[in-house]
Amino acid sequence: MWKWLHPYAEPQRAYQLAGKFIPWLSILATLMLLTGTIWGMVFSPTDYQQGDSYRIIFVHVPAASMSMSAYIGMAIAAFIGLVWQIKLADWMAASIAPVGAVITFIALVTGSTWGKPMWGTWWVWDARLTSELVLLFLYLGVISLYASFEDKVLAARAAGILAIVGVINIPIIKYSVDWWNSLHQGSIKMTGKTAMPPDMLVPLVINILGFGVMIAALSLVRFRAEILARNGMRPWVRELAQAEGVK
Amino acid sequence: MNSRRKKRLVLASALVGGVAAVASLLLYALNSNLNLFYTPSEIINGKVDTGVKPEIGDRIRIGGMVTEGSVVRDPKSLDVSFAVHDANGGQVTVTYDDLLPDLFREGQGVVAQGVLVAPGKLQATEVLAKHDENYMPPEVAAAMGKNHQKMEYTAEQMASGGSK
Repeated sequence: MWKWLHPYAEPQRAYQLAGKFIPWLSILATLMLLTGTIWGMVFSPTDYQQGDSYRIIFVHVPAASMSMSAYIGMAIAAFIGLVWQIKLADWMAASIAPVGAVITFIALVTGSTWGKPMWGTWWVWDARLTSELVLLFLYLGVISLYASFEDKVLAARAAGILAIVGVINIPIIKYSVDWWNSLHQGSIKMTGKTAMPPDMLVPLVINILGFGVMIAALSLVRFRAEILARNGMRPWVRELAQAEGVK
Repeated sequence: MNSRRKKRLVLASALVGGVAAVASLLLYALNSNLNLFYTPSEIINGKVDTGVKPEIGDRIRIGGMVTEGSVVRDPKSLDVSFAVHDANGGQVTVTYDDLLPDLFREGQGVVAQGVLVAPGKLQATEVLAKHDENYMPPEVAAAMGKNHQKMEYTAEQMASGGSK
């Protein structure tokens, strides 16, 4: 398997491969997000308690759950980069971080705007909200550590260690509503008697997956840019720049 | 795998394992302090693990279900009092003189912050509604006999204003 994978570990091949994936992932993400959002915003029934206000769930829950998945993805990339010293993995981790940070921010802002009318407050320091805020700070920490060193090998090592250590926050976010009592409600049950009706659940799941695909597409765009930035002196990058007419 | 990679793998894994151990010990030690609120039975009987009981005059948060039929409202002002109970049989009376959140309903979750003025009596300065993870269309809820009415205020009550 390693022999087969090896050619893709070359920056040029990875650059081209990512370029092939981006259009497909972008189309898929757009389709899924359009379907899920329109279905959720227009066709799903209202909630018996929250009325139409609950519809923010179709943005908030996908953003929140994918902010955690993106972090896990970043940490795995950082781990591979750290142990096997594969630069491409380091670059991948560095590319995911800003995307994840924005998604986390979206989760916090939509949650806050949901909290004001439903709970009666923008923010409480309960376990779920606080740990999600810590996730945002972890992302910001990884971004700033990677940006702080001129030597990108050293930068990736520092940022990678933080990313790996921060993984411990993910189960805390996930189970915070079960371990402690909090203002934030528990996780939505996907199956069983009290599960959400399919008319709400299906668009929600479509949007969750759509957010995942969108994060993948955005990360790959950043990944390509990162490859170019780190290989600026290589002949293939120069040829590419000349072909594109960049000075 | 060569020995340098193996060493790094062991180091990185040890790092993750070590931090996980530290975090779990920390969370275990902090466990009851990470709760956002006291439950009514904890106010009456003290916390299950530590026996800590809030004193009169303490500023605390209490969370539980609003007891059905316990909401008493002053027709002339925003003053309202209601009982909050939990599954373990505790019950605490909460008084409040401001607008209640939209989701405030009898039989629904609530988190109130305020001062414990007497045993089992909380003078709240803030009441937050805690909604649950069950979402359903109104028709389904009606069929299940779960029809919760929103609180409506009269013009007179609104004119009297709250504390804020």
